[in-house]
Amino acid sequence: MRKTVNQKAWFFILPVLVLVAFNAILPLMTVVNYSVQETFGNNEFFWAGLIWFEQVISSPRFHDSLIRQLIFTFSILAIEIPLGVIIALAMPRKGMWVSVCLVLMALPLLIPWNVVGAMWNIFALPDIGLMGYTLNAIGFDFNFTRQIEDAWFTLLLMDVWHWTSLVVLLAYAGLVSIPDAYYQAARIDGASSWAIFRYIQLPKMKRVLTIAVLLRFMDSFNIYTEPFVLTGGGPGNSTTLLSIDLVKIALGQFDLGPAAAMSLIYFLIILLLSWVFYTLMMRNEE
Amino acid sequence: MALELKSVAKQVDGEVHIHPTDLTLAPGSFNVLLGTTLSGKTTLMQLMAGLERPTSGQIWFDGRDVTGVSVQKRNVSMVYQQFINYPNLSVYANIASPLKLARIDKAEINRRVMEMAELMRLTPMLDRRPSELSGGQQQRTAMARALVKDADLVLLDEPLANLDFKLREELRDELPRLFADRNCIAVYATTEPMEALLFGGNTATLHEGRVTQFGPTMESYQHPRDLISAQVFSEPPMNAAKVTKQGGEFLLGDSIRWQADASTVALADGSYRLGVRPHRVTIRPDGAQPVAIRGHVRIAELSGSESTVHFDLSGNDWVSLSTGVHDFDIGAEAEFHMDVSRAMYFDDAGHLVGAAGGRSD
Repeated sequence: MRKTVNQKAWFFILPVLVLVAFNAILPLMTVVNYSVQETFGNNEFFWAGLIWFEQVISSPRFHDSLIRQLIFTFSILAIEIPLGVIIALAMPRKGMWVSVCLVLMALPLLIPWNVVGAMWNIFALPDIGLMGYTLNAIGFDFNFTRQIEDAWFTLLLMDVWHWTSLVVLLAYAGLVSIPDAYYQAARIDGASSWAIFRYIQLPKMKRVLTIAVLLRFMDSFNIYTEPFVLTGGGPGNSTTLLSIDLVKIALGQFDLGPAAAMSLIYFLIILLLSWVFYTLMMRNEE
Repeated sequence: MALELKSVAKQVDGEVHIHPTDLTLAPGSFNVLLGTTLSGKTTLMQLMAGLERPTSGQIWFDGRDVTGVSVQKRNVSMVYQQFINYPNLSVYANIASPLKLARIDKAEINRRVMEMAELMRLTPMLDRRPSELSGGQQQRTAMARALVKDADLVLLDEPLANLDFKLREELRDELPRLFADRNCIAVYATTEPMEALLFGGNTATLHEGRVTQFGPTMESYQHPRDLISAQVFSEPPMNAAKVTKQGGEFLLGDSIRWQADASTVALADGSYRLGVRPHRVTIRPDGAQPVAIRGHVRIAELSGSESTVHFDLSGNDWVSLSTGVHDFDIGAEAEFHMDVSRAMYFDDAGHLVGAAGGRSD
């Protein structure tokens, strides 16, 4: 049979192309445009070459933000992925409790991000917040607006509370897709629960876990709203993550050139690290 | 080393899955559980394995009560309809896994895995992962894993059902050879009567959670105890119709009548259920005592050199199986011939009371 090429298909994807062009490609090109020019207002632009990139890459401020960002992202990955898997393993597979668990798990995901930040801000306040007050009452000197460790503790706790559910739901989906016969076969072999986890559940969850790691990596690397509302980057600059820093440069100082260059570098870092993660986790798939 | 089920029953949430069942499987025997989907084959196997505990009754193995003993502590292995292997282990490691868990030493494991791989024709694939194998090879790996540990009881739950026709034939031919020199009890569940006949051994026919008959396969086939067993052990299902015996004659409907033979003439007058296997209902007269019957054709199918014709016989759905290719008009009346010298007669309760010529096949 002759293969027919249906040109009508273009007609159907045209609206999407236009939409993507307007909301992704055009803004991105604007950023590229800013990153190689200097402006003194009045809509006058001068060619600047790569000086903004050089400036950002060699700036200690950028290095510090990047290091904080990496610490944040790898900390929450190290907590959320194993914790999510453990919770998913503990969840019931059948019966009425399944839906109860799923709804409970989905709740944090439904709350708007700025509300999460505000919630945890109030929750952690040392004088009136439930957590802050309780911690102080039982003898901890807890004040997240003054002490760096406390700010980080609250920040990580908030992210774990907000996003572990996503990992749980993905891991759970992977687990329930394993046919019962696998568990039976393993029991017949006399395999321990660790062996069942290691040789059946983990390999079967590998794909969804890869997606979970990628999603959590990209989202946490981009995180802005929640830490901005919670700590505003403080105390000092101690919780100023990359995106917060970027907004400070772009909107606070109105340094459009360096901010644009930083955005692009930021974007490339996420792309590169995502690729590394993906390659590492999919290495054994072939 | 016999496996005995002593009035074993299983209920789940008040629903009966297995009615009280007594069954004794001899050491070294090959046993087929034959029944349709949901007839209780899988449940019965899980009870035998110890994966499920019976609601009542006992399971004895080798003269010992093993009812409450967990599956890990019994020497059992199982092959499923789905191809179950450890996804990220090589074929070698998969076959070796039950031996490793049993803490057998490395050289011995290696010897047994290589021997089993040779038997299963998996030697060239030992380094591959299950996902890189064909369906047939994946199932052979699962079988190798089940056989390598020399289990006392090997359960095969429709292992060939997910394979395509050619691979199924191939593995079906290999199976009896694999079990020939083993001293284990093999239990093979299937929905196909033809497989039971191919494997020989013993056959248990299952219907709605009840073992309706158990015995040597040919015996069960030729002397079904009742209509249900006969229908389970017949593909297409056995034809049935109400007949009346008057004097030395049987009467079907108003006009079809035939003489009772030596083995059925002694039956008392009254009404009976007649059973005739589809291949004894043919388009051309065949056998020792063909009787002409007429009916409206409902469906006519050709498969290779056989014609399967469904037709209506006084309100009963009958099937005729003939060799050769025949053409039928749907809805038209056609003539068929049933060989009553191979017919069976059941009483109202469904029990076999007489078989023409002493047997039916």
